[in-house]
Amino acid sequence: MSTVLEQPTLADRAALGGDAAATDSAAADAHARRARRERVLRWVAPIAIALAALGLWELVVWWNDVPHYILPGPSLVAQSLVEDWGTLSGSLLVTLQVTFMALAVAIVGGVGLAVLFSLSKWVELSLFPFAVVLQVTPIVAIAPLILIYVDSTQVALLICAWIVAFFPILSNTTLGLNSADHNLQNLFELYGANRWQTMRFLRLPAAMPYFLGGLKIAGGLALIGAIVAEFAAGSAGTGSGLAYRILEAGYRLDIPRMFAALVLISLTGIAIFLASSLLSHLLLRRWHESAVKRES
Amino acid sequence: MTVDVLARRSTTPKPTLVELQGVHKTFANGTVALENLNLAVGEHEFVSLLGPSGCGKSTALRLISRLAGLSAGRLVWSGEVAVGDIGFVFQEPTLMPWASVFDNVYLPLRLQRMSRRAVGARVDEVLDLVGLREFSNAYPRELSGGMKMRASIARALVTEPKLLLMDEPFAALDEITRFRLNDDLLRLWAGRRFTVVFVTHSVFESVYLSERILVMAARPGRIVEEIRVDAPYPRDDAFRTSEPYNAWCREASAALKRAMGES
Ligand SMILES: Nc1ncnc2c1ncn2[C@@H]1O[C@H](COP(=O)(O)OP(=O)(O)O)[C@@H](O)[C@H]1O
Ligand SMILES: [Mg+2]
Repeated sequence: MSTVLEQPTLADRAALGGDAAATDSAAADAHARRARRERVLRWVAPIAIALAALGLWELVVWWNDVPHYILPGPSLVAQSLVEDWGTLSGSLLVTLQVTFMALAVAIVGGVGLAVLFSLSKWVELSLFPFAVVLQVTPIVAIAPLILIYVDSTQVALLICAWIVAFFPILSNTTLGLNSADHNLQNLFELYGANRWQTMRFLRLPAAMPYFLGGLKIAGGLALIGAIVAEFAAGSAGTGSGLAYRILEAGYRLDIPRMFAALVLISLTGIAIFLASSLLSHLLLRRWHESAVKRES
Repeated sequence: MTVDVLARRSTTPKPTLVELQGVHKTFANGTVALENLNLAVGEHEFVSLLGPSGCGKSTALRLISRLAGLSAGRLVWSGEVAVGDIGFVFQEPTLMPWASVFDNVYLPLRLQRMSRRAVGARVDEVLDLVGLREFSNAYPRELSGGMKMRASIARALVTEPKLLLMDEPFAALDEITRFRLNDDLLRLWAGRRFTVVFVTHSVFESVYLSERILVMAARPGRIVEEIRVDAPYPRDDAFRTSEPYNAWCREASAALKRAMGES
């Protein structure tokens, strides 16, 4: 608000024919109401649509008498989720374990290699092709090989999940490390900063938004990698994750349980996405354009 | 013209702080940025480099600060140059967006491994000097353009440099903010008595601020004229509207026009 230089006289106010302050506050009220409505609608609209879709699904199944071994209704899936929770939760845990361990190794390896790349052009030139080859080769195609060569199925699954999660972190972080402002780099040089200081105080912070962007992609990919590898491992999967449950339920034509496992996989993916978005928001909200609220 | 320059230089000589002698700078792509540049800057002096864009002003600053190497010629300092003896202010504030104002100003000291505890008071003092003490914890994006530039100046001054190099620092700011920062800069310079080499393409700014203006021509970059602005400090708005100020502006304008005609 600008400073009020001159107070309007009483005569002015009378001439305006009303209380300006009152109109102001009414407008502000309306604005606040609209903002609140929008906030509520933001949640209500998607939930309502989702519920409607589920209801329609249930209705179609019920109306046409679709047998549950072809297409179970959502209520049956929910029921299976509850009844089989003992087996399913165990499998969920196994899949989560593979996913998060792979993600952790991908973060450490991806960031570590990116730092190495940015320190030495030669290391980057010689190793980057390998990273690209790993990235472009479909994981379904190499998973069987890895399962043959690696004794422990658990470790083989981990390697598969890691391969797909690793690349976005590596390439994004490399890009970020090289995107530090040139004049800031000049400044660091002027003040005699060594490589380590430049890395620690300039390049790593500059790479943070890029890394977090990569993490968002890598989180989802780690889960996909873990599931694909479990499928490739098939019944050999001793750990028996969620993909194994899907395969197993498929053999038994237990379609509701297949859907239940699928629901758990989707929810896990959504949770990983939300968690990485939240992390990104928390780390960047003070300074990065992607996370700060636009003034309006 | 050379005779003219030499004649003027004889007035009130200050001991030389740094000197470029017969400097050439050719870039890897063959661009000749500077040719036979001779430039001496006295201790505690305020010198402006005035010239059209592309005449090598930035390059000259980079050579003086050793951010770039000479192709030929000599760079002579009057004494030892330690880290922190040179402060640099760029056209953009060039602050780290992820760090608070305090941390940005603390950076040069941090890079010299001085602990926050040991030099915190010094950082606060510099922030006080530029009027940013209460914005110590703010992030750059929360500041206006002028305040960011103040933070950038504070960072350059925190090491108590002998020489402050400024590359068109106020060119991106609105006129009101620029005038205010001009005054603040003169105030800081009067108090501390460091040396300033100030790059600008504004005739008015160079006359208002400096004791000496070196006018440069482009292709190849060189100094073609020197103008002494013998007005006393402190200078203020009264100076900005005075007749001598206008005369100097006319003189500098004419020199700049001649310099642009030469290239
Ligand atoms: N890194 C570089 N490589 C090649 N040419 C450059 C480089 N930096 C500057 N130049 C050229 O050198 C000349 C002087 O540039 P600069 O010092 O930036 O001029 P000014 O600051 O006066 O605008 C220009 O012609 C510019 O294109
Ligand atoms: Mg320039």
